[in-house]
Amino acid sequence: MNLTLKVWRQKDAKSPGKFETYEARNISTHASFLEMLDVVNEDLISKGIEPIHFESDCREGICGTCSMVIDGLPHGGQPGTTVCQLHMRYFQEGQVVTIEPWRAKPFPVVRDLIVDRSSFDRIIQAGGYISVRTGGTPDANALPVPKQNADLAMDAAQCIGCGACVAACRNASGMLFMSAKMGHLSYLPQGQAERSRRALAMVRQHDSEGFGNCTNQYECEAACPKEISVAYIARMNRDYALASAKEMAGVE
Amino acid sequence: MATTTAPAPTTQRPGTNGANGTLDGKCPGGPIESHWDHYKAEIKLINPANKRKYQVIVVGSGLAGGSAAATLSELGYQVKCFCYQDSPRRAHSIAAQGGINAAKNYQNDGDSVYRLFYDTIKGGDFRAREANVWRLAEVSRNIIDQCVAQGVPFAREYGGLLANRSFGGAQVSRTFYARGQTGQQLLLGAYQALSAQIRAGGVKMFPHTEMLDLIVVDGHAKGIVVRDLWTGEISTHMANTVVLATGGYGNVFYLSTNARGCNVTATYRAHKRGAFFANPCYTQIHPTCIPVSGDYQSKLTLMSESLRNDGRVWAPKKQGDKRPPQQIPEDERDYYLERKYPSYGNLAPRDISSRAAKEACDDGRGIGESGLGVYLDFGDAIKRLGEPVIRERYGNLFDMYEKITGENAYQQPMRIFPAVHYTMGGLWVDYNLMSNLPGLHVIGEANFSDHGANRLGASALMQGLADGYFILPYTIGVYLSSEAGKKLPPADHPTIGTVRKEVEDRIKRLTSIKGKRTPSSFHREIGLMMWDKCGMARNRDGLQAALKRFPELREEFYQNLNVTGEGGGANAALEIAGRVEDYLEFGELMCFDALHREESCGGHFREEYQTEDGEAARDDENFAYVAAWEYKGTGQNPYLHKEMLEFKKAHLAVRNYK
Repeated sequence: MNLTLKVWRQKDAKSPGKFETYEARNISTHASFLEMLDVVNEDLISKGIEPIHFESDCREGICGTCSMVIDGLPHGGQPGTTVCQLHMRYFQEGQVVTIEPWRAKPFPVVRDLIVDRSSFDRIIQAGGYISVRTGGTPDANALPVPKQNADLAMDAAQCIGCGACVAACRNASGMLFMSAKMGHLSYLPQGQAERSRRALAMVRQHDSEGFGNCTNQYECEAACPKEISVAYIARMNRDYALASAKEMAGVE
Repeated sequence: MATTTAPAPTTQRPGTNGANGTLDGKCPGGPIESHWDHYKAEIKLINPANKRKYQVIVVGSGLAGGSAAATLSELGYQVKCFCYQDSPRRAHSIAAQGGINAAKNYQNDGDSVYRLFYDTIKGGDFRAREANVWRLAEVSRNIIDQCVAQGVPFAREYGGLLANRSFGGAQVSRTFYARGQTGQQLLLGAYQALSAQIRAGGVKMFPHTEMLDLIVVDGHAKGIVVRDLWTGEISTHMANTVVLATGGYGNVFYLSTNARGCNVTATYRAHKRGAFFANPCYTQIHPTCIPVSGDYQSKLTLMSESLRNDGRVWAPKKQGDKRPPQQIPEDERDYYLERKYPSYGNLAPRDISSRAAKEACDDGRGIGESGLGVYLDFGDAIKRLGEPVIRERYGNLFDMYEKITGENAYQQPMRIFPAVHYTMGGLWVDYNLMSNLPGLHVIGEANFSDHGANRLGASALMQGLADGYFILPYTIGVYLSSEAGKKLPPADHPTIGTVRKEVEDRIKRLTSIKGKRTPSSFHREIGLMMWDKCGMARNRDGLQAALKRFPELREEFYQNLNVTGEGGGANAALEIAGRVEDYLEFGELMCFDALHREESCGGHFREEYQTEDGEAARDDENFAYVAAWEYKGTGQNPYLHKEMLEFKKAHLAVRNYK
């Protein structure tokens, strides 16, 4: 199949960017979207033009590296699919496809379709963990966890940290990402000791990075390649409210 | 290489560091059961106040590197950690599906440290070092405790305790898992521990940064040269010791289940600076992956081995039979695994299943457009058990298969083919996980030590975390205490500038050729050749042909490569070119090792050395050793150092699965 691509090109964070038009020729419908870009890039290099810069690594939907908005939808809009697993059979012959980076203030563009998502790392560093040293831990079976809680923790822990939730959100909110980590840890007994402290620290880091707040549009849930539920945001809000109240009362 | 014949059985160079001139693994003496306890009791400790004075560089942030960086920082060392991904959470350990082994015996089914040890040694076809494997089995139990304390959401039973499942090569259920994403959850545990240490100031993290060379000062590894993949900036970093946790070299085959960015550069550059590379020819080919669909393809996707519990593997009996599978009648199908291995059937071990699929395809009976594939058919299982049961067991895998191929495996058989998955070889290390090059530690898939010639399922995660959480944090003190009182080389030490200049010159060279061929086109050519000549089955003629081709390819590379842009800023073409440059030499080393090992063992199958019924014929008399190669210059024969393998606990036996 043949397509026309309108791709965002931007040399670095400081330079202005613009759309360039490229032709994708003789693409197999079995190829993934990123493999289609590989073919286009090989062609560009042969012509002495620098390739379209985009990030990808595992190409099996788990590392969370790939990140691009296709025709206005993060990861291309197929349910539960990262762009590395989006296949060309979903496109039409002759289609014009627009490709852009994640657009959000806390994700500055590095080059073309690559953005800097280190703000996500800093949110985790603020408190997205259980403080435990290596060694000296009790036997793994010393602490039973009800299966339904373990399953709810796992549903949230599946987050791949790609940032599609932010790209989809009109407020550029990182709350689905942040609440998934809090939900993962707060459904487990090991996560209780730091639950309040974690809620305060992560939310404050999130806000200081320039992410917006949730106004219940649920675009994030629709865009999430791991289909993480917005119910975790509600749970996070409750944790944060309780922790703030305790902090104000000087209980914690 | 200067010649393309196998080197003659080598007389050892006098004075390599063991008895009789052979390599010494420095294993503690006495009964193997108490090695590690004695070792820990006797090693020199560094007091907490002094640990702050030591700087450690960790390259890689996967299960091994991430857990090591976090743990070393907790102990008080000053750590710098580097990864090429944009975040340490994305290292390729994240893609491991199945699980992690541990000798917990929670199932009360007779598991023990000894059984995990023996299964690993036997699975590795008696080519691993006993003392390391025993220690691995021992600390496996601590790993599960640690991960649960971190909040890793392992699968649980209704009573709230941990669930287990069984995996290939074992008769007990010792595998812990988190749905089909065990690697992801374990990595996030290590990443969280690492994040806590970054926040606390003990670890300085350098993401999107690639190591391009090792700095060796007065014979000791003391630093690295790196390139920031976003800005193009080259910088040098010095430390008291360097830890490489940079994974395997499966991408030398171009197509593999590895991530796109996985590469051999860090370990190969260390090899060129003096570290021995051990057993590079040991590679694991996994039998059940989604087949290649065209030359645009960028990677291969694994389908869990568990599918073979209910799926039947077959190929058409007739050559070139292109009918859709539903139209091929039962008596024209060859269920070749059931035919050749009646007792194991579709659950024959990985290496045997992979080779059998290759045979059917070589015979012209492969399926799909490319003819490189066989069927994995659930028709009978669905008839017997009903579709809901199959959906419950394997639903997520069927969904993934459909996402990639667009085919519904409930209605037609899956197409599968073997793919490169893991590499057992790596930099040589002793019991301290230190290379022959003092100050260079190597952990995880990047070292050679624990899996011998073949790795069992659910053991890679175990080894990465064992090395990072529980072994290196002890053993690194042995080297560091021997360096007590010595200062780091000064920033203006001439070696630092020289190595940095070499890296810059290499980049200039690559960007200035401006020929006609893209870096990826060279990579693809190397990959196809390696798959053909040094893949599932190898023979003398093929390996010699490959060895002849490498120098020619290198010459073409340096004359006709086209890297667009310059060194500054993000440059995807340059990144690929630098990695391919190393594959062009490393592939040659692999073929050389494969040619020299005149036996078949584990993932290394030499067609000349097989039993009458086509099984691997091991030669313990002549090859029960680790082949550790010393770099002697590009195009020169590497020098062979041997570490003799002794089996005192697990006695040498034929690995019979019939």
